[in-house]
Amino acid sequence: MTAALSTEWLILLAVLTPFVGALIIPLFHKLPNLRETVTLVTAVLLCATVIRLLGPVLDGARPEAQIIAVAPGLDLAFKVEPLGMLFAFVASALWIVNSIYSIGYMRANNEPRQTAFYVCFAVALGSTIGIAFAKNLFTLFLFYEALTLSTYPLVTHKRNEEAVRAGRVYLILLLGTSLMLFLPAIIATWVLAGTLDFTPGGILAGKAGAPVIAILLALYVFGIGKAAVMPLHFWLPAAMVAPTPVSALLHAVAVVKAGVFTVLKVVVYIFGIETLGSTGASTWLVYVACICILLASLIALSKDNLKARLAYSTVSQLAYVVLGAALATSAGVVGSAVQIATHAAGKITLFFCAGAIYVATHKTEVSQLDGLGRTMPFTFFAFFLASLSIIGLPPLGGTWSKWLLTLAAADAGYLIAVGVLVASSLLNVAYLLSIVGRAFFLPPRDDDHGVPAKIKEAPLACVVPLSLTALACIVLFFQIDNIESLVAGAVTGR
Amino acid sequence: MNAVWPHLPALLVVLPLLGAVLAAFLRRGSTAFALALIVSLILPFIAGALLWQALATGPISYHLGGWEPPWGIEYRVDALNGFVLVLIAAVGAAIMPFARRSVALEIAEERLAWFYSMYLLCLTGLLGIAVTGDAFNAFVFLEISSLSSYVLIALGRDRRALLAAFQYLIMGTIGATFYVIGVGLLYLLTGSLNMVDIAARLAAAAPTQMPAIVAALGFITVGISLKLALFPLHAWLPNAYAYAPSWATAFLSATATKVAIYLLVRFFFSIFGVSIDFRDLPITEIIIVLSLAAMVIASLIAVFETNLKRMLAYSSVAQIGYITLGVGLANQAGLTGGLVHVVNHALMKAALFLAVGAIFYRVGTVRLADLAGIGRKMPLTMTAFTVACFGLVGTPGTSGFISKWYLALGALDQGWWWLVFLIVGSSLIALVYVGRVLEVAWLREPTPAIAHASDPPLSMLLPLIVLAAATIYFGIDTEWTAGIADTAAKALLGGLR
Repeated sequence: MTAALSTEWLILLAVLTPFVGALIIPLFHKLPNLRETVTLVTAVLLCATVIRLLGPVLDGARPEAQIIAVAPGLDLAFKVEPLGMLFAFVASALWIVNSIYSIGYMRANNEPRQTAFYVCFAVALGSTIGIAFAKNLFTLFLFYEALTLSTYPLVTHKRNEEAVRAGRVYLILLLGTSLMLFLPAIIATWVLAGTLDFTPGGILAGKAGAPVIAILLALYVFGIGKAAVMPLHFWLPAAMVAPTPVSALLHAVAVVKAGVFTVLKVVVYIFGIETLGSTGASTWLVYVACICILLASLIALSKDNLKARLAYSTVSQLAYVVLGAALATSAGVVGSAVQIATHAAGKITLFFCAGAIYVATHKTEVSQLDGLGRTMPFTFFAFFLASLSIIGLPPLGGTWSKWLLTLAAADAGYLIAVGVLVASSLLNVAYLLSIVGRAFFLPPRDDDHGVPAKIKEAPLACVVPLSLTALACIVLFFQIDNIESLVAGAVTGR
Repeated sequence: MNAVWPHLPALLVVLPLLGAVLAAFLRRGSTAFALALIVSLILPFIAGALLWQALATGPISYHLGGWEPPWGIEYRVDALNGFVLVLIAAVGAAIMPFARRSVALEIAEERLAWFYSMYLLCLTGLLGIAVTGDAFNAFVFLEISSLSSYVLIALGRDRRALLAAFQYLIMGTIGATFYVIGVGLLYLLTGSLNMVDIAARLAAAAPTQMPAIVAALGFITVGISLKLALFPLHAWLPNAYAYAPSWATAFLSATATKVAIYLLVRFFFSIFGVSIDFRDLPITEIIIVLSLAAMVIASLIAVFETNLKRMLAYSSVAQIGYITLGVGLANQAGLTGGLVHVVNHALMKAALFLAVGAIFYRVGTVRLADLAGIGRKMPLTMTAFTVACFGLVGTPGTSGFISKWYLALGALDQGWWWLVFLIVGSSLIALVYVGRVLEVAWLREPTPAIAHASDPPLSMLLPLIVLAAATIYFGIDTEWTAGIADTAAKALLGGLR
């Protein structure tokens, strides 16, 4: 009994910690050092709480916490299951690193409105944990919208015309898709199934015919705009006007991962992979995901702005997760979940590097980076490692997600998907390694010819985090068994 | 206590009426305010006691002056009107503290006592409409509330307030006339004015009387629709709300249209519904179509409004569309959604208009273009405003979401998929019009014109924050809103033929 009670409290603690942090941060508006300490303490506390939940979940427990029944069918409740556990762990662990990076970045750039920045960040993280631990679609939807609203001030942080316009696109696309498609899908699910709880095996089995399920799946996939499935991906490149720490944690990890995580969760626990597999209702999504993977990679190739290139790379990499979900096999789901973790580590490193380059040199375009590898060796080596992870080469974490997804696609008989994954890796090489090549092998463009390049890195608070996350890419390669066994519980364990 | 307890229904009307008369004799504005405040603070307890009693022991019937119905006037409180009574009384009490400074700024000192007198009279009328079980008595209270609200609007500082009040007077009078013609037809048919009695007699009406019943239904529907500003009979509302004193707008928007909606629901479900089958008439279809038009067209107009009060007024027309949509759907989930939105919209719109009142109090303008960066200067006010805006959009975690959830379920119960998309689509338009304001308020640099603005004093801030908090609270705990609305809807639909 006491054990059950304590996990219940741990869940509440995990969800509430960031929100409480958000309330405390403004109190130290005038004392930046104390204010940032609050952020760091909150992040560490959150991560510690999440890790304490990891043990019970690995042992097969599914801790729950019931808050209140809002209306019939609308329960505010949490339940920790493997996919959510993984997502919460990734987000909370990276928040610590990202907070250190934020401090370095925001201070070095003398950004205005830093208090508001840290408050919104904490609220966004709290919402992310809420999404990860949601027991049902209503709770998930609640925090999903909270995440959109709390990241809007971060996207418009610069307050200039460009940022405001990007904010409009961001808000209308994310809130619009969620209200117009996601919400009707939830309502329809409630009417069809009589419940909104995430249940192993799904809740729609035998409740609707194949066409209805296919339509419903489309409403979910496109309604969950955060998953950035084309053609509803425009908000993500637009959001890149935000300060880089926001792009790094929120638009490479928390927000977009919240999207694909939700898609994955809906596929596994609402539709059920058996239902999808037997009705073939998700076949169309395999092809949409494939197109998305290739098209976004091609667009990334054409972008000169570094952050825009990374953003389109994210769109492409997210489609991997959608692809894995659309395969509707347990191998596909495991591959998707692994991709959520490995891509998070890789992409956050790439964004950290982009931010570090901006802090040190104020350069934003790929074409300006010639020869910069000599002055910023740590940054570009980290960039190199993370690129290899995204491409999927050993000994980096990304290898496994590519491997698992390719196997799953082959098993499910989608040879075309296998081809797309291979082609995508080649495109990754083209648009990521070309940057590394430029930085290390081309002569600097600046007028200081002949002067031996001195090492001039970004502040330590920027370089250390990006080295850590690059290291994490390597660690993930060797720790893959643990992740696999954790998420396997989602598709096999009851 | 035992002597007062049985007379609570009468007290609910008599207390503000006496207050109104007394206030008219007062010379000093502050004394009149104190009187209005005391009366407003007592009323929620009376209304709450009545609702509690009605929920616990079934409808309360009170015979005014001891005359037996149907000859005498009966006051009758059940779950539905108990719910409305509590809403009106509670909103009145919650926003009253805001009035002192806001009204004193916008209205000349020598007219202050008149203002509070008219407010109490209006409150009398609104509570009277809700509490009475007599169709003609409802007309009397309708006129009391209307006439006093014309005065409240005409007291606005802007001279256009006079024209707005006149416009409202014309429309309101036409509405009241239609209503009384309808009641007259019912009296000819049944020889009774008591609502319960009319319903019982109509149920036994001969088929040849059907055309007269339908005519009565038509007159009453149009008459009340004018009062509740059902699209396209809403023309009086935007000007009236825009030019009335800020506080009066908040009060009227939260209560006046809501009571008219109650009256419509009462006539539809408790009187006509038991005698004729709606499904034989196109009336529900007409209401649904007009509601949808309101939700879409009025929202679109709101997008292009540059005056904050007018924008919120058009938003009201759109939100009333949600409520009448629930009435038109006439099934359990839909009607619950409509009724719960009566409360939810009243609370969030009162918060919004109070916030606008607070802005006017500090800056002296409510033109959107002048309010750049106001969020930085009046952070608490604009935070409350923002929360209420989320309610209008219907984001989950706010009361607006609950309303839309039930309405969408009601639409699906009819098998109308497309309607779900229209409901959420209208929310998206709401996002655009509130987004415009929020963007200007929070993301622009403050202009010199508002350089000295700051949050208003606590007496104004507190009502605003309480109402905004209610928007969140009733989005999480819906026992008192959706729970009672569900009970009321069940009772109303249970009596249908």
